[in-house]
Amino acid sequence: MSDTPKGSRKTGQDFESTLSSSDTKVAAFERKHRGVMDTIQHVLHLNPTLVPVMVLVASVLIFSLPMVTEGKFLTMFNLSLVMQQVSIIGILAAAQSLIILTAGIDLSVGALMIFSAVVMGLTGVNLGMPSFVALILGFVVAIGGGLVNGLFVTRVKLPPFIVTLGTWYIFLSILRLLTGSQSIRSQDLDAEAPFLKIFGSFISLGSARITFGVILMILVFAVLWYMLNKTAWGRHVYAIGDDKEAAELAGIKTDRMLLTVYMMAGLVVGIAAWASIGRVGSISPNAFAEANLQSITAVVIGGISLFGGRGSILGPLFGALIVGVFESGLRLAGLDVQWQVFAIGWLIILAVAIDQWIRKVSA
Amino acid sequence: MTQAPILKARGLVKRYGRVTALDNADFDLYPGEILAVIGDNGAGKSSLIKALSGAVQVDEGSIELEGKPITFSSPLGARNAGIETVYQTLALSPALSIVDNMFVGREIRKPGFMGKYLKMLDKKAMEEFAREKLSELGLMTIQNINQAVETLSGGQRQGVSVARAAAFGSKVIILDEPTAALGVKESRKVLELIQDVRSRGIPIVLISHNMPHVFEVADRIHVHRLGRRLCVVNPDDYTMSDAVAFMTGAKEPPAEAMSAA
Repeated sequence: MSDTPKGSRKTGQDFESTLSSSDTKVAAFERKHRGVMDTIQHVLHLNPTLVPVMVLVASVLIFSLPMVTEGKFLTMFNLSLVMQQVSIIGILAAAQSLIILTAGIDLSVGALMIFSAVVMGLTGVNLGMPSFVALILGFVVAIGGGLVNGLFVTRVKLPPFIVTLGTWYIFLSILRLLTGSQSIRSQDLDAEAPFLKIFGSFISLGSARITFGVILMILVFAVLWYMLNKTAWGRHVYAIGDDKEAAELAGIKTDRMLLTVYMMAGLVVGIAAWASIGRVGSISPNAFAEANLQSITAVVIGGISLFGGRGSILGPLFGALIVGVFESGLRLAGLDVQWQVFAIGWLIILAVAIDQWIRKVSA
Repeated sequence: MTQAPILKARGLVKRYGRVTALDNADFDLYPGEILAVIGDNGAGKSSLIKALSGAVQVDEGSIELEGKPITFSSPLGARNAGIETVYQTLALSPALSIVDNMFVGREIRKPGFMGKYLKMLDKKAMEEFAREKLSELGLMTIQNINQAVETLSGGQRQGVSVARAAAFGSKVIILDEPTAALGVKESRKVLELIQDVRSRGIPIVLISHNMPHVFEVADRIHVHRLGRRLCVVNPDDYTMSDAVAFMTGAKEPPAEAMSAA
């Protein structure tokens, strides 16, 4: 090899001389006829949200059957009620999705939401400050809480699970210390800061009651969908969740990005806090005790991968709706609501199994 | 070599605890050349490359690009300076599409209000550019540019990663073991890509264990040993077994190769 003059080195190795006559396509394989399961796997790989959509449509159809709910389910009133019931968990699930897309998890969203709502209530009612000041302070708490989580994750390099488990307790204790575990009553809110309850107001369309909170939830999802799919920020969220090291090498400042994601999640939690005041009417330090897990449930059922980087932000909206539809449908069918809990449990396992399956997709 | 080196490093030192990965390493890359970097496992090739590409910050030493001293705090810094790297791990996001991967961190936004205030990406412009670059490099057997990278074969992924570097690397392209995971035909394709990139005047640093590949494309060979540059040899003057002997310490390199270093 070494005595070959330089000019002829371009020709490559001897054993490769036959390559010039070989097929010119690079690794293009003949497309084999795909089986049904293979086709399904590919379709789901491209659209992981299809599963929750199908489950949602199927459950709405089943509960609409006259022999199941005697027509009580499929009314404008009931459907709008389901929307109202899922609106707070829906918005929280949107915040949760941002964190889970980066391959993290946030156990503190529920506590942070109450913390933020309590601060809004205390400053607006007990301290008698103008509503907009109360809102600003509430949002500062929510975004600040997200920032604290983000700082521990990126600067101290702790796993998000541990950080948010810790801040969950911390947020809960602070808000209980602040309120002395007392609720802020609805009539006090009406008298001092009615603007905080704005998202409880509604528009009537026939028998349907569309609350501002429901519209807000849809807006939150629409804006996040745009950010995640149409902006570089969104693409980077997915890249980090997919493979953080690769994202860093490819030129993303991953820690700075993660901080913005945690703060954005905090902002969305603040929105949920404001909406929750309108939804509940009062502010109770003990409300939404299960909101953390419910938000994770909605995300998982919605087809967002717990391992990060995959899934559509619209999935958790459907996930939250599935939970709401099951609850309403089973109640109207006269069945024990525990069956909803039973069904949701199975849905979570099914959703993660499907996620694992579609990850194995190949060309 | 009468020209000044385009990328030059002197006295690089990098320690990890008690392990010294780079021990006063020097490095020179001249304009328009393919410089191969070879060395035994643990010789510090990867650390050298990471130092040059901004993925690792050295403890001591200086790096100059076109005669100007530079320090990179991240891979992004090196990239902005015109140094593109294809890592052995490829640094691709498997679930993202080919286009998204090519443009990670340098996305094109729509002109006007949508782009400026709503930060909307110009998908069409990015797709066009990516398609153009991939076909320039003969990689257009990839049918769908919006396909997720994880659905591509190993060679195709390598191609996407090399195409990304070639498309944006304005001054230097560093390739870390680009043929290690590839078959004969795909390796050939990548070697052709490398020569193609050089013919456009962009110098290339090629890290490889594959001696036939190194001797085929390299203009000069930098032998790395025990954390520093041992010597630089011309592939026309030495055999592959000489090179292996130098890098494993079985044979002392001749004095003139050492002084050239």
